[in-house]
Amino acid sequence: MKPKTLFDKIWNSHVVDSIPDGPDVLYIDRHYIHEVTSPQAFTGLRKRSIPLFRPKRTLATADHNIPTEHQERPIREELSRIQVETLSKNCKDFGVELYGLGHPYNGIVHVIGAELGFTQPGMTIVCGDSHTSTHGAFGSIAFGIGTSEVEMVFASQCVLQPKPKKMRINIEGKLRRGVTAKDIILYIISQISASGATGYFVEYAGRAIRSLSMEARMTICNMSIEMGARGGLIAPDETTFAYMEGREFAPQEKEWDIALEKWKTLKTDPDAVFDKELNFKAEDIRPMITYGTNPGMGMAIKGTIPHLEDIPKSEQLSFQKALKYMDFEPGMKLEGYPIDYVFLGSCTNGRIEDIRAFASLVKGKKKAESVTTWIVPGSRQVEKQAYAEGLVKILEEAGFAFRQPGCSACLAMNEDKIPAGKYAVSTSNRNFEGRQGPGARTLLASPLTAAAAAITGKITNPADLM
Amino acid sequence: MAIDKFEILTSTCVPLPAENVDTDQIIPARFLKATSREGFGENLFRDWRYDKQNTPVKDFVLNNSKYSGKILVTGKNFGSGSSREHAAWAIFDYGFRVVVSSFFADIFKNNAMNNGLLPVQVSETFLKNIFEEIEKDAATELQVNLEKQEIKLLATGDKETFDINPYKKLCFLNGYDDIDFLLSKKEKIIAFEQQRKD
Ligand code: SF4
Repeated sequence: MKPKTLFDKIWNSHVVDSIPDGPDVLYIDRHYIHEVTSPQAFTGLRKRSIPLFRPKRTLATADHNIPTEHQERPIREELSRIQVETLSKNCKDFGVELYGLGHPYNGIVHVIGAELGFTQPGMTIVCGDSHTSTHGAFGSIAFGIGTSEVEMVFASQCVLQPKPKKMRINIEGKLRRGVTAKDIILYIISQISASGATGYFVEYAGRAIRSLSMEARMTICNMSIEMGARGGLIAPDETTFAYMEGREFAPQEKEWDIALEKWKTLKTDPDAVFDKELNFKAEDIRPMITYGTNPGMGMAIKGTIPHLEDIPKSEQLSFQKALKYMDFEPGMKLEGYPIDYVFLGSCTNGRIEDIRAFASLVKGKKKAESVTTWIVPGSRQVEKQAYAEGLVKILEEAGFAFRQPGCSACLAMNEDKIPAGKYAVSTSNRNFEGRQGPGARTLLASPLTAAAAAITGKITNPADLM
Repeated sequence: MAIDKFEILTSTCVPLPAENVDTDQIIPARFLKATSREGFGENLFRDWRYDKQNTPVKDFVLNNSKYSGKILVTGKNFGSGSSREHAAWAIFDYGFRVVVSSFFADIFKNNAMNNGLLPVQVSETFLKNIFEEIEKDAATELQVNLEKQEIKLLATGDKETFDINPYKKLCFLNGYDDIDFLLSKKEKIIAFEQQRKD
């Protein structure tokens, strides 16, 4: 038999039908939905008078458009409230399990899907949100879809998808001190650009990847989309299985054994061929920060912003536009640059390990007066655990407040907006113009770097404080 | 949602030479609170189109009466970022039926095609050529012939062919809808589920 990639194995086993010269009809195991990209799809079902085909494969949460304070009170902003209420009504009408505001399982869709064990190795997973790629950390094919496709999955539990090309990114070697999963992915994107993996599905491999925890792997897969990839995945291994065991929706007892046998076969065959293969050395990666307005514009914290001459001609205009927006100059050093806001949270870095990392660095220190910090757990479970582990106490002693879960300033749909012109070191995934509020200037970084900035009030290499 | 049939479109263009235009620019997140598909055109490129006092920004192209038409011509890597389909709805709702660029982000491309908005990918050279012609004459017309998969600058006759997935092409030409198609596959889907169980 021809050797196959893990991606091929999962994809092929989910093809219901192939349209000649067209996309495949791909069966979907798990469908996550939230308040922002689902209402129009439900309206579509109503217009056609058809039911939701497989409600048990669907899980809903309210996360994008909810406040992160006083969640026990009604949502003040009317449009947001209507959107959240519409989700509740739709889930009720169509028989979908909803972990809405206030539910102990509520949280950011990509955080809860994993922590509940609803996401499992070998599955196909979609959600009307581009960071669905997060779930690839479990060795599944997970990708973001648009609302029309949400409606397709509602109606038929399938989507029409052309099969993407395959890329493997290998990272060998050992990571330096202060370098985390977020730095790895920011580094990769800075090397291959924000469109460097467009059209591909990426498998991450190599020793540096294998050594990462599940949460760190999620951070990497999460940002696959930021280099244009359809998604990213990592073959499941003992780390994955240990994480899965005992989770709410994970297979139990006899079924666990059967599942485990199957999951162990989920790997790329030794001689399988990828359309493209890239290699990086872990030792080359330093703590990273972005300086521009797309995630590919990243550099080592101790580095300098490129000079205009270093940028390809065709991209000079957008480079200059980005720097103008950020009010930075080519060739400038960012280390020591004062910042105004710090945001710890999102589906990239809002999990318990991220809060632990932040707390470990700020422990016994004091928050810089000049900095406003928002620490937003990714889910109610993360929130609960942060309290239980005493992390919230450490944060509070250092002068930080701990908010309630949600997407928050990652996309600033709620009231958590960075004011125009202000600099925010953010652990989220996008530094686009206005992403964190009109005129906001976002510097993407790891939780450790965010913590270092929150303590010093400046862009700081966390390794210097460790 | 059945889409209108698309065969040949001849129209003047709106030029937006920026590169890496992401979906947050096309439709900022604060406008995603609606629960219907309509009305997003009003907020298309909102933060480029209006300043903080909500007055139209004079040099932004949508506010320049010189330019109009059903074709948006734009720089490389258009539609990157968030998967929000609202971006495609906004462009369509504003009145565009075709977006021309030298490169499209994947999800945007899918979303556009699922909503009757045709993304036409051309070479860098041809794109430059189009921008130059529009610069010379704002009334420059482009003709998009889907059957022949051809895009032509009417004034100069310069043309190029473009790719489209044959299935999607069929959908556009016939105003065909993906969900009708999938519903017609119900039996096969159920058979697939059953066979997986054993
Ligand atoms: S945290 Fe940000 S990226 Fe993640 S699902 Fe929410 S809005 Fe999307």
